[in-house]
Amino acid sequence: MGKKLLVSVVGVLVLVAGVGPAPAWAQKGPIKIGYQGPMTGPAAAVGKDMANGLKMYLDEVGHQIAGRKVELIVEDNQGQPDLALTKLRKLVESDKVHVMAGGLFAHIGYALAPKVDEYKVPMLYPVMAADDLTQRKPAKWVVRTGWTGSQPSHPFGEWVFKTLGYKKVVVIGMDYAFGWEVVGGFQKSFEEAGGQVIQKLWPPLNTADFAPYLAQIRKDADAVFALMVAVSSLRFPKQYQDAGLKARFPLIGGGTTFDEFVLPSLGDEAIGGISPLIYSAALDTPVNKRFVKEYRAKFGKVPSYYSETYYTAGRWINEAAKAIGGNVEDNERFLAALRKVEITDAPRGPIKLDAYGNPIQNIYIRKVEKKDGELWNTVIQTFPAVSQFWKYKPDEFLKQPVYSRDFPPCKYC
Amino acid sequence: MEFWVIQTFNGVSYGALLFLLAGGLSLIFGMMRIVNMTHGSYYLLGGYVGLTVIWGTGNFVLAILAGALVIALVGLGEYNTFLKRLSGQELGQVLTTMGFALIFQDLGLVIWGGEPYTIRTPAALSGSYQLGELYFPVYRVFIVMVAAAVAVVLWLVLERTRVGAMIRATVDDAEMARGVGINVPRISMGVFALGAFLAATAGVVAGGFVGVYPGADFEILPYAFVVVIVGGMGSLKGALIGSLMVGLLDNFGKAFFPELSYFTLFAPMAAILAIRPTGLFGRA
Amino acid sequence: MIRLPLLPRHRQIGLGIILLLLIVSPPFLSSFLLSLLTQALIYGVLAMSLDLLVGYLGLPSLGHAAYLGLGAYSVGVLTTRYGANSWLALAVGLLLAMAVAAVFGLVALRATGVYFLMITLALGMVIWGLAHRWVSMTQGDNGISGVPRPDLGLPWSFAKAIPFYYLSLVAFLFALWVLWVIVRSPFGQSLVGIRESESRMRTLGYNVWLHKYIGFIIAGTVGGFSGVLWAYYNGFVSPANMELATSVEALLMVALGGRATLLGPAIGAAAIVFLKNLVSVYTHRWVLILGAVYIGTIVYAPEGIAGAFTQLTKGVKPEPLRSKV
Repeated sequence: MGKKLLVSVVGVLVLVAGVGPAPAWAQKGPIKIGYQGPMTGPAAAVGKDMANGLKMYLDEVGHQIAGRKVELIVEDNQGQPDLALTKLRKLVESDKVHVMAGGLFAHIGYALAPKVDEYKVPMLYPVMAADDLTQRKPAKWVVRTGWTGSQPSHPFGEWVFKTLGYKKVVVIGMDYAFGWEVVGGFQKSFEEAGGQVIQKLWPPLNTADFAPYLAQIRKDADAVFALMVAVSSLRFPKQYQDAGLKARFPLIGGGTTFDEFVLPSLGDEAIGGISPLIYSAALDTPVNKRFVKEYRAKFGKVPSYYSETYYTAGRWINEAAKAIGGNVEDNERFLAALRKVEITDAPRGPIKLDAYGNPIQNIYIRKVEKKDGELWNTVIQTFPAVSQFWKYKPDEFLKQPVYSRDFPPCKYC
Repeated sequence: MEFWVIQTFNGVSYGALLFLLAGGLSLIFGMMRIVNMTHGSYYLLGGYVGLTVIWGTGNFVLAILAGALVIALVGLGEYNTFLKRLSGQELGQVLTTMGFALIFQDLGLVIWGGEPYTIRTPAALSGSYQLGELYFPVYRVFIVMVAAAVAVVLWLVLERTRVGAMIRATVDDAEMARGVGINVPRISMGVFALGAFLAATAGVVAGGFVGVYPGADFEILPYAFVVVIVGGMGSLKGALIGSLMVGLLDNFGKAFFPELSYFTLFAPMAAILAIRPTGLFGRA
Repeated sequence: MIRLPLLPRHRQIGLGIILLLLIVSPPFLSSFLLSLLTQALIYGVLAMSLDLLVGYLGLPSLGHAAYLGLGAYSVGVLTTRYGANSWLALAVGLLLAMAVAAVFGLVALRATGVYFLMITLALGMVIWGLAHRWVSMTQGDNGISGVPRPDLGLPWSFAKAIPFYYLSLVAFLFALWVLWVIVRSPFGQSLVGIRESESRMRTLGYNVWLHKYIGFIIAGTVGGFSGVLWAYYNGFVSPANMELATSVEALLMVALGGRATLLGPAIGAAAIVFLKNLVSVYTHRWVLILGAVYIGTIVYAPEGIAGAFTQLTKGVKPEPLRSKV
């Protein structure tokens, strides 16, 4: 008994010593990239997709950036904000990373941003899409290489009205910042084009049974716009179909409702779903075809946008580090270089940051189709070089509040 | 009108799923007074085993049976090696079963990866019955039927067989049961395995409806507890009525008071407990 | 009859050394370790408050994270939305936790043992449900971010890690002192008496229910205090702070440290905080290890670290502390 206790005490002490202050010579060592994402817990598979994308890029460049070796430190945050904050402290204070890339859920993006600014270590947000981080509450040290939740929704809303001809739409979205922003962007441009959102339903994030919401869908709708993420994208289309709704109201939605992460697990119930996003694995360009082929060979599955954005984040860090001759210790210059990166041939297409720090990039409207027994997001329309403000003037756009449950208000409900 | 019919049907069918999940838990509570944090894990692991069987054989019925049996054995192992020794120590039980829940959670992740899956159900169970403007998903009707069948079988076993009489006697008063020569440890073991069996059944059935995914274990666990608390521990009738109440409360709560949807679920519960601390049908 | 042993000399020395280390070490620690130490102190407050229930009253609660949540949300909402000052946020946090405990106690104390566990679980879920769904007040799953560090009107700022650590240490010692005084008082001794034999205490003329009720409220209030600290420490509050898993983890801290020892649970809290955050650095299988710690604690150290320590130094088996069924 006593021995066991002693052993465990010694064990803890050894662990503590192991993560003590980093020695001074570390400054001349490798470029340290800190990654954090959910590697265990409910969103572990998405976290794996993200880490895989980043690793794949670093493998491709032989773990060498600007003539220096690269060290990737992978931390698990379980998709929990508290753990994410702790891991942020660990990466910065204990590992002394030079740059970070991480995160999945938008609300974690909001939670981390003030701390990132405090530490003055640049952090890439390849996925976390919280609108305000590049709009009303910009964070200096956050470099968003991904997107804002409302970015794909803006062109999509108008397109749905003009091309699909739907006049009245019911929206059902996950009840948190990301859901509000995707839905808000859609509602704004859809209604400005002449459409009407006639009902808004907000199931909470972990909803298992959508029946109470599905039963409320108004019968005078032309279509239903759904915003689901991860597990809910898996179960929603089936429950939607089983409730007899698919035949009556076509299903359109935010990009994550039909993203490549869940497509392999979905059945025919998803076919026909139309959604906009910054990426589709079915994108017919040589760069993307090569990316999909190699990713598949390596990890045995089709890359999702989570993989693509983290793959490109790796490239982003490389370009910025090269531009400053590998001197990533100079954090101000490094940050400036990160903001200037322009990539013309990422798998998802050309990308560069706008004046507010959000990528200007293509938005693809995708339709779920079955090819060779697999579901793919066939691209049916491309909107080139869309910014987070789309056709709106930034300063006017920023006068409206951030999209929320009640903004834009539901005028036709 | 249409709204009420559909929402009631939804509530009842969700309640049916909860009954499968919590029926066994209620008996475990009643008999052994074990607060079993692993119960949600049985549900999740059952789903995973069912998934593997579906992938291998494509047979849905086999998936349910295999999932349930394998997990019953897992539960039996957990009970025999650890829980049996902790009788009467609630704190020890809570922590041990929580430990198992974490271990199972992580093993699930290691073995099945973190991707969410759905269990492909037979074609006969997809689609919906249409009654005028009303649509009733076939799969929900199926869940109600499975739960009803389980309830009837359990009731017959409990009320009409020797084993059932022994179980009831043990729930009522374990000391007395021991006194009249009932092998209480063996009965307890059997009931614990039955609880795991039913939870895993619920897991496979739910897999065709909400999917099998990491995190399902702790998501469903509070619901299982709540059913048992409301119905009263150790009472089959209580578990049945508790499940229906929770299913309906959850459904109408979400429809009418979306902002307070969990409050409308848990607050009535607290109110019931304030009046009857042992639940509607429980005995202290 | 019922005596709480005075601390023997070697323990006094041991604790003195630990306190001294806590006071002098911060400038020498990496800031990551310091932040973990701060977390350990705050969770220590939560674990000690739960120990009052579990250890001294024999009432294991499965909903104690709710009080942490109440304290944390009071701070989160008041400071970010109304710009309230820190003393007001603290007062509201404590009062809210106290008021909720006073209501919940009325319901929960009608039961004991496994029923008490279940009722506290349900009550904890009520609070969690509100945080999760009452979006207009709590911002739901988004959580509340940007909670500033406290400004107590003192000449120094707590924005940096080291001053905040010392603030947490003072808060921790204050909570320890309050709880220590309570458990050493005649009132605290009657709590132990009630744990050992409710009927005997009743025959002796004690108002058993009132004692339990007051104990329950104190535990909740101190739990709320830990939540206030947590919100200020983390700058962020979310429903995840009060999930069922957090409540169970608090129970583990108590059991791991040793029930009815106050300092034991604080040490248990430190052990869990360090375990979670350091083991996860080395392996993604840390959840598995945490699970094993749960089981190992019950199998190998049912009386916790404090109990094992007593055994180690005295060679005697401590009296088992079982709560009654």
